[in-house]
Order: sequence, then C-alpha cells, then structure tokens
Amino acid sequence: MTTKKSDWLFRLYLYVFLAYLLLPLIVMGGAAFNASRFPSVFPWVGFTLQWFVDLWNDTRLLNSFKNTVLVALAVVALSVPIGTAAAILINSLGGAMRSALYGLMVAPILTPGAVIGISTLLFWNTLAVPPGLHLAVLGQVSYIAAFVMLLVLARLQSFDRALEEAALDLGASHAMVLRRILLPHLYPALGAGAVIAFFQSIENFNITLFTRGPYDTMTVYVFSKVRSGITPTINALAVILITVTLLGALLVELRRRHADRRSAPASA
Amino acid sequence: MKDLLNRYGVSLTALMVLLVAFWLLVLVIVPNLYLFENSFRPYLPVTEMGGPKDVYTLKNYLTFFQSPIHISVFFWTVLYSSIVTTLCFFMAYPLAYYLSKKASAKSLPTIFLLLTIPLWVSEIMRSFAWFIILSLKGPLNYFLINIHLIDKPIRWMTGFRSVMIGLVYTYVLFMLFPIYNAIQSLDTSQIEAADDLGAPWWRIHWRVILPHAKPGIASGSVMVFMLSAGSILVPTLLASTNSRWFTEIIQQWMFESLDWNTGAAYAFLLLILCTVFVTLVMRIFRVKLSDIAK
Repeated sequence: MTTKKSDWLFRLYLYVFLAYLLLPLIVMGGAAFNASRFPSVFPWVGFTLQWFVDLWNDTRLLNSFKNTVLVALAVVALSVPIGTAAAILINSLGGAMRSALYGLMVAPILTPGAVIGISTLLFWNTLAVPPGLHLAVLGQVSYIAAFVMLLVLARLQSFDRALEEAALDLGASHAMVLRRILLPHLYPALGAGAVIAFFQSIENFNITLFTRGPYDTMTVYVFSKVRSGITPTINALAVILITVTLLGALLVELRRRHADRRSAPASA
Repeated sequence: MKDLLNRYGVSLTALMVLLVAFWLLVLVIVPNLYLFENSFRPYLPVTEMGGPKDVYTLKNYLTFFQSPIHISVFFWTVLYSSIVTTLCFFMAYPLAYYLSKKASAKSLPTIFLLLTIPLWVSEIMRSFAWFIILSLKGPLNYFLINIHLIDKPIRWMTGFRSVMIGLVYTYVLFMLFPIYNAIQSLDTSQIEAADDLGAPWWRIHWRVILPHAKPGIASGSVMVFMLSAGSILVPTLLASTNSRWFTEIIQQWMFESLDWNTGAAYAFLLLILCTVFVTLVMRIFRVKLSDIAK
C-alpha cells in the first residue's frame, strides 16, 4: 500500500476539503471591502474601508471586547488550578472511585451548553445572585476545567513518581515537591490548558447567552447585530479576526520550519 | 487518597480536594439538581413563590407532550442532528485515512495548520459566512447561474437545508480529528498484510481500519451530535421560520415568555436526549467513556 494510483484522488479530495473550509472565510472577508450596504461580494459595488471605520467607532463593540477578555482571563484563572487539582487527585485514585469521578468530570463536556447555562442561572438565582459576567465565568469553568483536567492527566502519565519520593526522602517539604518537581513537569500541559481555556471562553456562546444578564461579550454582541441590522461591520471584524489568526498560523509555521532546518543536519 | 497525603501533605491535599469539590458540587452537580427540581415547579409571580400554589407539578412536561409543534421540533432536531453526524463521518473518514496513512509526514503540520484555521475563527463567524454565501443574491447562486447549472436563483434558506449546511461546515473538524487520532495508532503493516493476502480495498477498510477506528468514530459522533443538537447559533442564523431547532424553543421559554420553569423542563429533555445518545453510541461501538472524552 505504498504509492498507488488512487493517491491522486485522495490528494484531490484534500484540496477540495481545504477549499471548502477556507473559501467561505474568504467570501466573508471580501464582503468587508465591498461598498454594498448588505454584506455580500456580489454585486461588487466598489472598494471601501468604511466598514472598518464604523467598527472602530462602535463603542458597544469595544466594550464587549473588553468584557470577553475579562471573562476569558477569569476562566483561565479558575479552570487551570481546578483542572490541575482534579487531574492530580484522579491520578492517585484507582478502581470504581476513579471511574465515577472521571465520569462526573467529563460529563460537562457532553452536556449541551444551553443546559449548563440554564442550570447555572437557576442555581445562583435561588441564592439571589443576579445573572452577569460572573455567572458566565462560573458556567464556562464548569466544562472548560474538564479540558484542563484531561490535558494534565495525559501529561501525568509520563511523570516519574519516584522523583517525588526521592525529594521527600532528601527532606524536601510537600510544597517544595509540588512546586519544584511536579509543576515544572506539568508546565507544557498547564500552558496548553491555559491557551485552550482562553480560546474556549472567547468562543463560548451557549452558556454565556443564558448567564450574561445585561452584559455583552463579543459573540453575543455579534449575534445580536447579525439578527437585527446587518451591515458589513461584522465582516470587517471577521477580517481582523482572520488576519490575526493567519499571522499567528504563519508565525507557528515559520518557527516550525526554522526548527526543522536546525534539527535536519543532526538527524541526517 | 493516602498516597496524596504522603506526597503533598495535609494542607495541599485539602486544597486540591476543596478545588475539585467546588467544581463538581457547586458548578456541576447542584446546579443540575436545581434544574431538575425547578422543572417540576409552576411558573409563578415572585409574590406567590413559596406560597400555597408553589407545589410540585408535571405541568411543564405536559406542556411539551401536549404541544404537537414542540414534539415535532424535538423530533426534527434529533433526526437532522443524526444526519449531520452521518454526513460529517462520510466527509471526514477518507481524509482522516489519507492524512494518517498516506500523506507525507513532512506536509502534515502545514495541512493541519490550514485545517485548524476555521476553528480559530469563531463559530459565529463561520455560520455568518454561510449566511452570506446562501443568501438569494449571494455568491453561490451567482456561481451556479454563471456555470449554467441553474437558471433561477435558489432560495437556500428554507427548511433545514441551510441549517444542515451550516452545521456540517461548523462541526466536521470535530469528526476529523478523533478519527485521525484513532487510525494513526493502527500499525500500517496490518494494512499491508491484508493487502498482500489479496483483500480488496473496501474489505481492508471494513475489516481492519474501521474496527480500529471505532473509538475515534464514537467520540467524533458524540461530539458532532451533541454540538448540533445543542447549537443555538447556527439554527438561529440560518434557519427560516418553518424550520425551528429545539434550542430555539428553550431560548423562547427563557427570554421571551420568561418562564424559567418550563425552560428548565425543556432543557432537561435536551439533556436526556444527549445522555441517551451518548449511552447508545457507547453500547453500539462498545467503547468506554474514557475512550470518548479524549
């Protein structure tokens, strides 16, 4: 099964698939520069940067952007320690206890966002806590912590526990064992967990919609705009998002190629 | 537990247990119990709460079972979410196979980078892109007319067609990555052995690769079905008035009727639906929860 004739068919499929994924984004980006009042690329009325100016002058949007970042940072601050503690705890357990806890922890990933949002809203409402960004944070943490837990748990598999015992035997304190031995080993997973938590929080719509109260986050605001009066300002926002993404992707790719080149002579 | 105490001492262990307890009790279990409890309570004005009328009732659930429209919306949501899941599988499987067994290792990182770009651009932007593409005077109709495939623009956004297009586009990657991971762990020499022994390609897939990919398929299906059935964005953006999604009805109870109790009952029904689906998939594919949540 090395190279066969059917390979070109697979490759063609790959290109079609990539086009399918990326073309819609290009269409959406194109509409941001079209002078038409309705977001579209056909008919092409003329080139304009008006929608970017409108976007910049949209104070509600800037405010919702600020809220989004605040919520995301709070989610990271809560879900990383919770997820890490959960992973360490579950790693030291065995048997039925472990599978029961594990099931409870991953269940939120398999729960529809609307259900998490509504249950969070109802619960805190009975405690007389009004909806708002703080509830959005708590709702999001309830399932984002599970992602962190899974990442840290995977990383724990490669941890040599004898190191901790050795440190303890040599007289290290418990806090030192955690800070100097376990945590450094977990850093890559913690970093990845923080990044995923941050982006998951920014993406989140379903939970936020039910818990946000009168406050806006980016997705909720864009959603309300799309439903009420659509102007290509949304497309201008999309262009900015896509550009940032592409620049990030490009940076990752360049760094990878650079690393490849450096390691290539060594392996050759 | 004793192990934890030995390694990290009383205070650190207590801190960890406290964090986990806060997560599971305060953020997960108790809110869901409240959802359950609230779904059996009548919707009352604030002054009458706790009064004589505030007794447990099945009224909220009866509202659902007595309204044929809501039942049919529930049914269509299940059906179309299943179709979306199936479509995603057929789109993702060949690519997952190609990427894990045939594509050159050198180009893989670049391909994956390109594939993940839509994931970084938020879900709402992805559905909005299709809102533009599918509009009556949109680029898709323009293109189809220009290549003389159709001569009149098609109204795409009626019925569930546009919702499905949007859902497949938004969630297909959640099917691709788990299947890719699963096939990747298959020893290529097994495929070669089957090939050497004269098995035709479809038989190799049926007997060797698909069975091995089962956990990936299960986890992809669970993710796509759950995200589709629970999606609010895509249906609200791309559906027309004659194609409503169950989540939209929940949203109406919560925000338009302000009847949180009936909303809770409907949310609970959605939760049951997803739980049943997950259990079913785990049974059919004979996988464990730990295989799915990866």
